Amino acid sequence: MRVAGKGLVSGNRTVNFSFNGKAYMGLEGDTLASALLANGVHLVGRSFKYHRPRGILTAGSEEPNALVTVGQGGATDPNIRATQQELFEGLAAKSQNCWPSVERDVMALNDLAAPFLGAGFYYKTFMWPAPLWEKLYEPIIRRAAGLGALSGAANKDAYEKAFAFCDLLVIGSGPAGLMAALTAGRAGADVILAEEDSRMGGRLLAEVEDIDGRPARVWVAEALAELEGMENVRLMTRTAITGAYDQGTYSALERVSHHLPPSQSLKTVNRPRECFWRIAAKASVLAAGAIERPIAFRNNDRPGIMTAGAVRAYLNRWGVAPGERVTVFANNDNAHRTARDLVAAGVHVAALIDSRHDAPDGEGFAVIKGAVVCDSAGRQRLESITVRSVNGEEKIQTDCLAMSGGWNPSVHLTCHMNARPQWNRELAAFLPIPGAVPGMVVAGAANGSFSTTGALREGAEAAAQALAQIGTKAEAAAIPVAQDAPYRITPLWAVPGKGRAWLDFQNDVTVKDVNQAAQENFRSVEHMKRYTTQGMATDQGKNSNVAALAVLADATGRSIPETGVTTFRPPFVPTSIAAMAAGAEDQGFKPQRYLTSHPVGLERGAHNIEVGLWYRASYYPKPGESTWKQSCDREVMMVRNAVGVCDVSTLGKIDIKGPDAAKLLDLVYSNTFSTLKLGRVRYGLMLRDDGFVMDDGTTARLGEDHYVMTTTTAAAGQVMSHLEYLTQVVRPDWDVRFTSVTDQWAQFSVAGPKARDLIDGLVDEDVNGETFPFMACGAVTVKGVAGRLFRISFSGEHAYEIAVPARYGEALFRLLTARAEEIGGGPYGLEALNVLRIEKGFITHAEINGTVNAFDLGMQGMVSAKKDCWGKALSEREGLMDEERMRLVGLKPVDHAKEISSGAHLFDPEATVERVNDLGYVTSVGFSPTLGHMIGLAMLSAGPDRMGDTIRLVDHTRGIDTLCEVVNPVFFDPEGGRVRG
Amino acid sequence: MAKDMLELTAKSACAGLLPATIGGITLSEETPAHLTLLAPYKGREAALSAALEAAHGMGFPAPGRATGKAEARAIWFGRAQALLVGPAADAGLAEHAAVTDLTDGWAVVKIEGEAAEDVLARLVPVDLRASVFKRGYTARTELKHMMVSITRTGPKALQIMVFRSLAATLVHDLKRAMEAVAARG
Repeated sequence: MRVAGKGLVSGNRTVNFSFNGKAYMGLEGDTLASALLANGVHLVGRSFKYHRPRGILTAGSEEPNALVTVGQGGATDPNIRATQQELFEGLAAKSQNCWPSVERDVMALNDLAAPFLGAGFYYKTFMWPAPLWEKLYEPIIRRAAGLGALSGAANKDAYEKAFAFCDLLVIGSGPAGLMAALTAGRAGADVILAEEDSRMGGRLLAEVEDIDGRPARVWVAEALAELEGMENVRLMTRTAITGAYDQGTYSALERVSHHLPPSQSLKTVNRPRECFWRIAAKASVLAAGAIERPIAFRNNDRPGIMTAGAVRAYLNRWGVAPGERVTVFANNDNAHRTARDLVAAGVHVAALIDSRHDAPDGEGFAVIKGAVVCDSAGRQRLESITVRSVNGEEKIQTDCLAMSGGWNPSVHLTCHMNARPQWNRELAAFLPIPGAVPGMVVAGAANGSFSTTGALREGAEAAAQALAQIGTKAEAAAIPVAQDAPYRITPLWAVPGKGRAWLDFQNDVTVKDVNQAAQENFRSVEHMKRYTTQGMATDQGKNSNVAALAVLADATGRSIPETGVTTFRPPFVPTSIAAMAAGAEDQGFKPQRYLTSHPVGLERGAHNIEVGLWYRASYYPKPGESTWKQSCDREVMMVRNAVGVCDVSTLGKIDIKGPDAAKLLDLVYSNTFSTLKLGRVRYGLMLRDDGFVMDDGTTARLGEDHYVMTTTTAAAGQVMSHLEYLTQVVRPDWDVRFTSVTDQWAQFSVAGPKARDLIDGLVDEDVNGETFPFMACGAVTVKGVAGRLFRISFSGEHAYEIAVPARYGEALFRLLTARAEEIGGGPYGLEALNVLRIEKGFITHAEINGTVNAFDLGMQGMVSAKKDCWGKALSEREGLMDEERMRLVGLKPVDHAKEISSGAHLFDPEATVERVNDLGYVTSVGFSPTLGHMIGLAMLSAGPDRMGDTIRLVDHTRGIDTLCEVVNPVFFDPEGGRVRG
Repeated sequence: MAKDMLELTAKSACAGLLPATIGGITLSEETPAHLTLLAPYKGREAALSAALEAAHGMGFPAPGRATGKAEARAIWFGRAQALLVGPAADAGLAEHAAVTDLTDGWAVVKIEGEAAEDVLARLVPVDLRASVFKRGYTARTELKHMMVSITRTGPKALQIMVFRSLAATLVHDLKRAMEAVAARG
């Protein structure tokens, strides 16, 4: 019910919205919660376990009950707190965890079964028989208990992540936060003021009080106007700081467009729903305020029972009286303001029940001192409460109970780096310890200063103190005159008595459950939490932790500080994974590296394969080819019979220069490079620290002290960092410099008997067996462009690699492929490249898989005996040259029509197929059109000694079981005549 | 074959991708005539700096800094190396440093506009605010998942460099962030 003329939204324009399909009207500036209360709607949801009717408990992000679902289809947003959802025209929200409706929820039957559903129920009941858990119990429990559900459709909403930086991060914009921001802003510091609410001002928006003789909201407006005028201050509303991390890093969740209708225009279509911020702050002031705690008594969870501070907030900020006949139940002076404000606004206050005998008298309302509320009644809305005092029990008719068990300072962020808060007896609250988070100073209610004067003063002081840490001096600000009323509290956690008294509204945990946990010896607060699930819901126990541990302390005969708190962990408010993972959807989780020939491949309909981040053409289909194998076979034969062109630019290229370049090569390669002649290329093997093979490739000597190293595509980054390690750590005394030139050069393999014809027609220089013999290299001019030519081969054919600066890559690839086609050749892709190299027994990282050494590959001769190299010492360890090791061989099926597969394991045909008889595995396979059957490379125990033997190949995954012949890994042209021709 | 294919046509890294203007922010490709990596040899730092000054008018930059002007700039490019952007490197520099042509190895883009910093704040984890990252400042850092070089070239302008092969992803990521910033209006 709206109170005429009351509240900060008074006079705002009306907004239409719907709840559970019913149309309502609210005001601009309303939250869904305040608008529902204004419309007399109290029942908004059902509880997690017992499906009890629940109403709005609070007015902030800690709300445990009023969770609703907003949006449709893929954009469905469940578990939105009605207390945070701002009203917009057309907002459609609905209740969750109820069926068929929130008023008539079938699952409310659970409530009748409550005696069986207490703490530990699941653990005790569903232990046995074990297989039933997954099949039966869990699905049923999940259906019965729970929160809102996702739609199951992909969410197309935009989310984003961002970084921000400041000198001082002020968390919270109540009196303490505003004073801190003003103080720091005036001192010229870069300030970020973050407020999770849509409007700055904190409790000052919810209270009736004066600052400097004028209404507090006027002071707030002036403070904000001053802050907005400062270039060094950034105001961030709807932004909750969710975590405190090392080195002054804070995470934050900004609700960017939850308060706006779905985008209707192109301009706003990319507007993010939420933004996940990482803020690096040199110092911070935590002014996050405090959260009021309920009191546990029988049936204290009915719609209409709210925290006292929330009732004041709805009245003073939103002009809503949550009831017509309100009662207040408190153990502290602060809650008396609720009765005072209601009476002043003309709302009837039936009584204020105060558990303290020395409670102050009321002005315009009755105070029942030394009494407690011990029960409530009303099905879907509070109808009456039962008050117990020395005079016995008495029923009072009421439709709204405002309760206050005191306030818990929001110490959460101070505990994110492992600090524990300290118990303060006088305030009956946990307070943050100083220095809990480096650079953070706590002020105001978060620090236990519950008066406005205290908050204003501490805010100013905290800013000065925080800035002093980073060497910025702040002038002492004049502290405005404000209320300084004492807090005065006598602890009251739970009203004794029968029945269920709720502690954790969201997870349906009662005083009884906590007592039962203690009885069953779950006495540690962490054990109690997990046994009862108290504090494990989306509010993370913000409303219930302290009361629950106080009840546990009582049950176990320990003090509250002895009992201690559970661990506070980020995030402070529920944070959608979509926000934290923003930008990673679709292809966003990894960049794409494109070759200069990529557009040509697209035009030719090439299928691409991802190699690391690179996209490489897998094969280039011709008309009439319906499978990749047809294309691959053709491309292989094209290379063997004419000429093929393949983009090999993805191979890592490292340019190495300096007087000690050759020394570096001798160190990093197992074989010798210092003897490499100018204008020549050599194949080399690199070892890891442990002596196993890291990578292989070629290095060309282009100048006196100038080399270009080629790595495999996969290991380019690894080799680069290995070189950095060797030159920075192992031999910093050497004068050698290197850099990646992978992207600088577009490099194409031209392979096949007609390769020279193709190259000769494009290069100005004379290319022949004299000028470019096998393994020669040199500068050439390609159609007027300065390029490089390497006579190397990965196919066993007469081949070259031709390189030009990348800007000419696409043009050269077009020219090469077009010219090749004129002489019976064309482009070939990675599939054909792979078959060609298997036919030649050339290795890739399929063979160099980290468990293989040079000996295993039959390359022991490449580990030079004449010099040392990186990894050599450990490569000579005992057992690493054992004949029985799995060593490289070739395989071909005995029956040429049979299929073989990589990943298959090898067995003696006489032995049973089991792990202990495993002799090795297949690393690479392909169909050789040259030979007319499948061929493979494999690592086989004592492989070279088994040449000609028959071995059994078994692939359980693909259902392949084939006899193979062990052969030399070089299937084609073992003499190498073609490559030199 | 077609005659027009007989000569090699050059194509820039961001050809067909840029320019783009979204919400008052402009993203455009820069095509400096030369990019040359200078890595001084042992003990030759001072000599290189002097030679650089004599030949191109700027000293060797300190870590995190760029020297020179728009036509000829030396950008710190990592440990003990700088990238000379613009002129063809003087042949004499090779006496003091490993000199490597990288003109085609890197894509160079410029982002300019009132909210350019807001766009980069969506992608780059370092503080690029004008008050901190002033003109003449440079950083090797990451932009989303890519290693980049970022240099402030004007009050509202920053230059971003990335491996040439990543140009499409760079443009995609920047445009996405530009759209998100523009959509907030």
